[in-house]
Amino acid sequence: MMEADVLIIGAGLMGASAALHLSMRGYRCVVIDKASPGRHASGANAGGLRQLNRDPAEIPLAMESARMWHQIRDLVDSDCDARFPGQLRIAENAADMDKLEQRAALVRSLGYQHEEIIGKKELYQMVPALAPHCVGALVCRQDGFARPYHTLTAFRLKAESLGARFYADTEAYQMVQDGEGWQVRTSSGTFNSTFLINCAGAWAGKMAAMLGEPVPLQPKALMLMVTERLPHFVDPVMGAASRKLSFKQMQNGTLIIGGALVAKLDFEREKTDINWEQLMESADTVLHFFPQLKNVRIVRAWAGIEGFMPDNIPVISASGMNKNLYHAFGFSAHGFQLSPVIGRILSELIIDGRTPLPIEPFRIDRFNSAI
Amino acid sequence: MFKQINDSRAETVTVQLNGNEVRVVAGTTVAAVALTAGLSFTRTTPVSGARRAPFCMMGVCYDCLMIIDGQSGQRACMTYVKEGMRIECQQGAGLIPGESQ
Amino acid sequence: MNNHYQMLVIGGGPAGLAAATIAANSGVSCALLDEQPAPGGQIYRAVEQAPELRAQLLGADYQRGKSLVENFRASRAVYFPNTSVWSVNEQREVGVNYQGDSRIITADHILIASGAMERPVPFTGWTLPGVMYAGSGQILFKSAGAIPEKGVVLAGSGPLLLLLAWQYMRAGVKIKAMLDMTPLGNRIMALPELPRALLAYQYLTKGMTLQRELKQAGVEIKNLVSDLRAEGDGQLERVCYRHRGREHTIETDLLMTHFGVIPHVWLTQAAGCRHLWNESQQCWHPQHDEWGATSIEGIFVAGDGAGIFGAKSAEYAGYLAGLQMSYAAGAVTRGERNQQAIVYRKAMKRDRHIRPFLESYFHIPREILAVQNNDTVVCRCEEITAGQIREAVANGHQDSNQVKYFTRCGMGPCQGRQCAQAVAHIVADAGGKSVSGQSCFRGRPPVTPLNLEQLAQMKRRQR
Repeated sequence: MMEADVLIIGAGLMGASAALHLSMRGYRCVVIDKASPGRHASGANAGGLRQLNRDPAEIPLAMESARMWHQIRDLVDSDCDARFPGQLRIAENAADMDKLEQRAALVRSLGYQHEEIIGKKELYQMVPALAPHCVGALVCRQDGFARPYHTLTAFRLKAESLGARFYADTEAYQMVQDGEGWQVRTSSGTFNSTFLINCAGAWAGKMAAMLGEPVPLQPKALMLMVTERLPHFVDPVMGAASRKLSFKQMQNGTLIIGGALVAKLDFEREKTDINWEQLMESADTVLHFFPQLKNVRIVRAWAGIEGFMPDNIPVISASGMNKNLYHAFGFSAHGFQLSPVIGRILSELIIDGRTPLPIEPFRIDRFNSAI
Repeated sequence: MFKQINDSRAETVTVQLNGNEVRVVAGTTVAAVALTAGLSFTRTTPVSGARRAPFCMMGVCYDCLMIIDGQSGQRACMTYVKEGMRIECQQGAGLIPGESQ
Repeated sequence: MNNHYQMLVIGGGPAGLAAATIAANSGVSCALLDEQPAPGGQIYRAVEQAPELRAQLLGADYQRGKSLVENFRASRAVYFPNTSVWSVNEQREVGVNYQGDSRIITADHILIASGAMERPVPFTGWTLPGVMYAGSGQILFKSAGAIPEKGVVLAGSGPLLLLLAWQYMRAGVKIKAMLDMTPLGNRIMALPELPRALLAYQYLTKGMTLQRELKQAGVEIKNLVSDLRAEGDGQLERVCYRHRGREHTIETDLLMTHFGVIPHVWLTQAAGCRHLWNESQQCWHPQHDEWGATSIEGIFVAGDGAGIFGAKSAEYAGYLAGLQMSYAAGAVTRGERNQQAIVYRKAMKRDRHIRPFLESYFHIPREILAVQNNDTVVCRCEEITAGQIREAVANGHQDSNQVKYFTRCGMGPCQGRQCAQAVAHIVADAGGKSVSGQSCFRGRPPVTPLNLEQLAQMKRRQR
């Protein structure tokens, strides 16, 4: 039998972040994963650090996380290769601009300043390589990107240096409340802990159901493409007001292209298949904004398995049913930027019983009327 | 590094190699041309600027990338010469998209 | 090109040609997609067009390819040269680049006959211009009639080294040295396999004949060579090695190495076929049955792309796969399939008798595969060293794929073709998962070049 103060299911970004923050406050953590750390969404995502265009419920969390990102080296002894050239949502016409201006107004009315409208002149100063027909954009200047697997590794190594233990190839079969604590039977033996956290990504719904509080989590696989290396020609991360686009040039010169591109997924077999129709559409969109990229080669297309909630915001919450159980999952393809603050929130919930950040909208029982 | 076994009946084409006109045997690959025309390297790497030359000759190593007819990142060993083809050594990650050398 | 075929063959080497020929002759609507401009694959490359002198210098085995190609041309199989395949999936949708355009076509049955490639073995200085594979020398000879101008050093361990040396010798190339790195222990290890090898004695006598002719021509073969290094400033200038306890150096601008060949499994990987590590051949094989059927229904493999058994065996395996696909397509009966298969099974079995001996004799030592010198570049594309890989393992990245995500090994243009083996062995050597316990680098499409315009115009054509 193995003992810990906190047992964390899922060695992705959320699990590693939780392990770090709890370890920083002296709690012994064990993180288990049925595969290897970052095997799925946490290792396969586009690395975007985005506050721009979030659901208003997420904004306070994203802003706090952004502050942490800008000092990430202090937290995990690594800069995770983070860069902050800003992120844009590009408008191609007046209707797009209207849409963006409405969004900017909404964000201002909620008391936030991080999303600004810029006009044609500034847009082309920021992105001179852009096709000439665009009219403006919504920008968050502090946004950027980092390298997800490096980030996860940095969180894990720091947590391990503070005493956390990570067990790969360890699947949880049964989780039983043992008095006030938990007993978890896994493929690597039985663990006893006081607290249990469900950070199992696309499998968190399965875990939640096993724990008696099912949620409508839907696993989906989103695709990305990466190109050959190119000389540096674009700075900010790009999205579009009315097209599916997520486009950035990485530190090494490769382009990462995505934007809600859905692959075929056989969840039981954990098998993803590239949906070429979607990639064709995506390539067409990229060339619409950057026609000079037509001869650029795609070196690889892949898909990562992620968990999605019907309202597109995550579950971050104490259990509605069991004591000493907490959940953080369902990040719906935009969790990377939040990962530093999520771990801190979980540590605050466990140790202090509360967190200063507003997590009411992320309660696990918000779906109960729907089930 | 290499020379061709003489076959005087072979058809030839004229290509530009790093700006110089060269007459080469038709039906050969750009990599073979580079190696028989006396080039000591065909690209420099984007990571360290190290010099590379064709390596596997069958399209599985991507070390023979050159700029062919203005397009960077072309596998020289998988490209067959054509009359008037422009062949250039590729420096690093090649050309900024949309610009020519 | 049609949008659908009963049978698609990917690869124009002996396996692909044989399968397409037999199936087409049985009445199956069959197309062969070849990335090369003419049939023959690598082993019979340019065999149709080879001038008389070149064909003679290359030898009788090379010329066998000519009749194979002639039979293929005479069959009703449709041939698409200069056609690359960038994707195959479980639904048997095949992404192709044909005449500059990209499209997705489908087939009831697919044979992936992607052949073999040289086993990539990193060593000090292997990235210098002037260092190539023995196979590269063969390709230059076959496709361009090009031979080393100022001589060459040959090094490594494997039958191809001997063959190339012999071909070069006959063409008048100065072989400055032949450095055989086969360890002494292998001779003992291979002894138990010798009796079976004698059943395919022609291979053994051929090997001895080549060696004798080389010796007669004055080519010196040094045995039990170790610690191979290539050195030079921006290009190869000399080769260093250890022999009989002493350091040696040879000035040369060309070094060709060979450490065996391995199946090129990038397309079968990307398609999702199951692969297993074969310790005797020291490579990954796509799992397949005696007809070549893989773990994916309707997708077959044959030839060196399925496992290294040589050109003749590839041909027989191609006929067998072609027969099975013809049967599955309803073009031949089960009885006809079994009847026609007999001669190929027999020939294949006989041809393979040499393999256990060759595999044992030319088994590459673990220290060579698990690159010991930490300064040696392992991933040529991203220039990652063996030391960086070991460091990643020490930081908890226990298998090839995790090491890849962390170091970028295998993420460059070649997508790990040149480093996958070395990474797996170094990871195991450094205390990570065993080679057979790791999965190969997760293969993903596109496996041949595909650019944004080619993708986009597939969309635009649909509108």
